[in-house]
Amino acid sequence: MNLLGEISWMLADPFMQRALLASLLVGASAPIVGTYLVQRRLSLLGDGIGHIALTGVALGWLIGAALGIAPEALAVPGAVVAAVVGALAIELVRRRGRTSGDLALAIMFYGGIAGGVLLIGLAGGSNGNLMQYLFGSISTVSGTDLVLTVVLSLLILAVGIGLRAALFSVSHDEDFAVASGLPVWLLNAMVAVVSALTVTVAMRVVGLLLVSALMIVPVAVAQQLTHSFARTMATASVVGVVVCVTGLTITYFQDVSPGATIVVLAIAVYAVAAAVRPLVARRGPAQDPHPDLPDDVELPPGERAPNHQEVCT
Amino acid sequence: MRMSEPVIEVEDLHVHAGASHILRGIGLTVRPGEAVALLGANGSGKSTLVKTLIGVITPSGGTVRLLGASLADDHVPWERVGYVPQRVGAGTGVPSTAAEVVASGLLSGRRWWLPRGWRTRVREALEEVGLADRAESAMHVLSGGQQQRVLIARALVRDPDLLVLDEPVAGVDRPSQEAFAASVRRLVERGVTVLVVLHELGELAGIVTRAVVLRHGRVVHDGAPPHPRADHDAAGHRHVHPHDDSRPTPALTQNPVTGSPEEVAP
Repeated sequence: MNLLGEISWMLADPFMQRALLASLLVGASAPIVGTYLVQRRLSLLGDGIGHIALTGVALGWLIGAALGIAPEALAVPGAVVAAVVGALAIELVRRRGRTSGDLALAIMFYGGIAGGVLLIGLAGGSNGNLMQYLFGSISTVSGTDLVLTVVLSLLILAVGIGLRAALFSVSHDEDFAVASGLPVWLLNAMVAVVSALTVTVAMRVVGLLLVSALMIVPVAVAQQLTHSFARTMATASVVGVVVCVTGLTITYFQDVSPGATIVVLAIAVYAVAAAVRPLVARRGPAQDPHPDLPDDVELPPGERAPNHQEVCT
Repeated sequence: MRMSEPVIEVEDLHVHAGASHILRGIGLTVRPGEAVALLGANGSGKSTLVKTLIGVITPSGGTVRLLGASLADDHVPWERVGYVPQRVGAGTGVPSTAAEVVASGLLSGRRWWLPRGWRTRVREALEEVGLADRAESAMHVLSGGQQQRVLIARALVRDPDLLVLDEPVAGVDRPSQEAFAASVRRLVERGVTVLVVLHELGELAGIVTRAVVLRHGRVVHDGAPPHPRADHDAAGHRHVHPHDDSRPTPALTQNPVTGSPEEVAP
């Protein structure tokens, strides 16, 4: 088998070109937003938004059917609107602090799925119509879809990387950000909106049910390899691109689901990184982790004091 | 700002949290160059007062002015205020290095991006607290005292005119406390105004020029630093923290309910 020939054949395919470009952008941008979500301990927020976006898809479908245009045409805009509204609602609930973020997320999960199934039925569609959004349909990316993906991905990258310092400050220590005079509410809303856009962009590649995996798993991989915020973000983005492009390439040759392949690949990379890390970490110079500072305690020159070799338990 | 203008000016400040009335008419004026200690037992409202000063808690009544600007107007020059919170929280999901945490101190409402030469300023701030060699260490591998010093560096990196510290030495070993006291002394000599929340004066006793004591949400002392109770570190001293009274424990023959009615509330 001529592998190079097969790959150049794949790269010449216009469907595949669009799909590769979309997955490249999504693979790069989703983990950048995911880094902020993991930092805020909101790893499941992407899933919550994904479920709400399903209601948006069905709502767009319903409106499209009512207006007598192609029902799919309004599905993606519907998802964008619903995801942004849902993400801002979660942020409001988190801010008010009445309901725990955890509970609010749970309600979004159930409400989103139930609303989607209910509305798609009213629109005269079937649950089967929702499948392509739930599990992705990268091979059917059209020219219009691609333009939307490129524009939104660039917006996500601009906010996620451009405002990194400010978003880090707000996500790291909100009180300190307030005392710095940073517009905390605006920056939090930006993280919410960018998360929502990421979900709708990644919806075509991996599907709403697996969108969050693409945002979170690369960050988990990066955390195994580095302990700096900036390097975590950069590594996660690279991992995202590699698994997306590799996963998509595999599905060109093997008839398997692209979304599932990408996510399984990401988790496999995580497993390898987690297994390799202890071997790499031990190579550092052996050093006493305790800072060399005098303490407050005067030890009597007794039998235990000079025993430096004692093993701490 | 004129030099005579107060750095902190609080008038008749009230803060409610739900049904509880936490601050009950606080008045506090801090002038440039002062080093003021805010003392009081746990639950006396010290931290609430500090969080109101930096804008995290919205007051239910009264006015707060920082560096000549009203907190309500939102024109406070925050880049001149350095805040050191009480303690690092449970930590965040993504590890970050000491240098990254300190760098976030360079941002303000007017500056959303790191300025040119931020690495140099971050290194200088970490040198100030004696942690220049740990700049690339992850926060979570540092000891509690070192983490606290990183947070102090984060407040110092913006070269503040006002430094607000919330229990900076709580749970910090003696050498770190001494290093901290030396840093504060240098800052005060440089003309920085300092408001520091403390449980006891400790190493800062010689530096603090004034002490304000809070009890049950009111100012009960504003003047020379008070002497600690003689028996404070004695073996028999009871550290009863919620609404602890700094007077000697009344004998059983005395009426224990000597204060306002809310003192008996749990």
